[in-house]
Amino acid sequence: MMFAPAPFLLKDTSVSQVMTQVCLALVPGIAAYAWLVGPAILIQLVVASFAALVAEAALLKLRGKPLAMFLSDGSAVVTAWLIALTFPPLAPWWLVATATVFAIVVAKHLYGGLGQNPFNPAMVAFAVCIVSFPALMAQWPSVGLQLPLVEQLNVIFGLSPRVDALSGATPLDAMKTALKLADGEIDVAHLLANQDLYGNFAGRGWEWVAAGYLLGGLWMWQRGIITWHVPVAFVASLVAISGALWLYQPAHFASPLFHLLSGGAMLGAFFIATDPVSGCTTPRGKLIFGAGAGLLAYVIRVFGGYPDGVAFAVLLMNLCAPLIDYLCQPAIFGMKDKA
Amino acid sequence: MITRDEFDTIARNGIWKQNTSIAQILGLCPLLAVTTNAVNGIMLSLATILVMALSNVAVASLRNFIPHEIRIPVFILIVAALVTVVDLLFNANLHELYLVLGIFIPLIVTNCIVLARVEAFAAKNPPLQSTLDGVFMGVGMLWTLALLGALRELLGNGTILGGIDMVFPALQPIHVLPESYPGFLLGLLPPGAFILLGCLIAWKNWMDARAAERARLKPPAPVASAGCH
Repeated sequence: MMFAPAPFLLKDTSVSQVMTQVCLALVPGIAAYAWLVGPAILIQLVVASFAALVAEAALLKLRGKPLAMFLSDGSAVVTAWLIALTFPPLAPWWLVATATVFAIVVAKHLYGGLGQNPFNPAMVAFAVCIVSFPALMAQWPSVGLQLPLVEQLNVIFGLSPRVDALSGATPLDAMKTALKLADGEIDVAHLLANQDLYGNFAGRGWEWVAAGYLLGGLWMWQRGIITWHVPVAFVASLVAISGALWLYQPAHFASPLFHLLSGGAMLGAFFIATDPVSGCTTPRGKLIFGAGAGLLAYVIRVFGGYPDGVAFAVLLMNLCAPLIDYLCQPAIFGMKDKA
Repeated sequence: MITRDEFDTIARNGIWKQNTSIAQILGLCPLLAVTTNAVNGIMLSLATILVMALSNVAVASLRNFIPHEIRIPVFILIVAALVTVVDLLFNANLHELYLVLGIFIPLIVTNCIVLARVEAFAAKNPPLQSTLDGVFMGVGMLWTLALLGALRELLGNGTILGGIDMVFPALQPIHVLPESYPGFLLGLLPPGAFILLGCLIAWKNWMDARAAERARLKPPAPVASAGCH
């Protein structure tokens, strides 16, 4: 699938080239993730990719579309990888597979397939699963506890019972719950001193996964796959609101750095909110989109009931994207004002 | 009184062609809120059938005496009186179910299906036809809500006929899927109802398109296909 080779493009860029580079850009984050929790994440990536390709092939066949062209464009694999990376790494295989099939079938193909979906399919799958299976979606592996490969396989494929002792909340969720339970008696600095759970900036180990995503995101920007607008606006608004509250009450609100390196903030800023299909396309629109997503992500993760807010923030902004783009059309070339 | 053809048309319109839920898409509020299992859907539909049959026959009998200009308030008064009767009946005889269906029984008054059939059919047709129209429109709603409810509870709980013990205390819900089924909660939430209703509508359109295609191909089939191939 090629974009029109018009003069305004410096080079032909096919969807499969873009998607391959997006996958490559995810590699540093995945490597840090695998170092942190072990091979489980790699198993989930394989499960999700397999489910995505099967679902994609089935739907393409049903809709009478050419299989080879759309299957090889890699968009299904990117969706699958984003799902695998946002789900708990020791989630049962059927949870990740169901989520991926839902993303491809309902969130992508029922809306018309590649390029037609109003919502980011991976985030739809995440929202569906966190609403439908809240208990399973909250079982994150305890940091520092790496099971051997065989054990991880057993847990994922349901061959050995799920042990609650192996799992805990994410650092972000643990921070919120502790602050809520203590009801003002305990402050953030005190919590962060717990070196079992927290590292130098945010969750122990998780901060390096976030740094990996940041590295991949910067590489994508340098390659021209994404523009700077969405990530910069996302990070800026997240820093602005978390910084304001942190300065106001440092005992009750974590620092901006903690929020940037926790949960899905980096993955969201560079890989999810930059989705060219469900996001905004105009430069000013992208700024509004990114800023809105960052703000909502903070509000939902800090004041809401869910462990993280990035998925819901992106979905809510997806809803607004057409309107934002409509209001942010740039001036037509050669005209003084927008026509 | 009524010809065979008339009866067939009324029945077919109610059950399939103008099905309230998947063709007219009316009364979505109770549909989304109540069909968390098949029993709730069936019981609400039965209440609606009762109200529709009674209000249609009442309006059809009185249609020549109702001034055209104020017909809507009069219709609503008739429907409201009948709904109150049904509401009290449910409260007295099926109290547990009444608590589950809650506000949606009184809200049958505002259900667009009831007023739509009164205005579009009963106000222009004789009582017998109008009664049948009310019954068959309700039957159309009944099977759609039962199917949607069954799909939702199967997806969400792995059961069929959950809540049957509220109607017949001797019966128990049937566990179709094993106890370890984790339950896809989305099925029980309103978004799941929307998605499944969309699938039902798509299924009806697909069936209709297929039937139309067959009807188009059938009469000249032997000659035309011989020429084409």
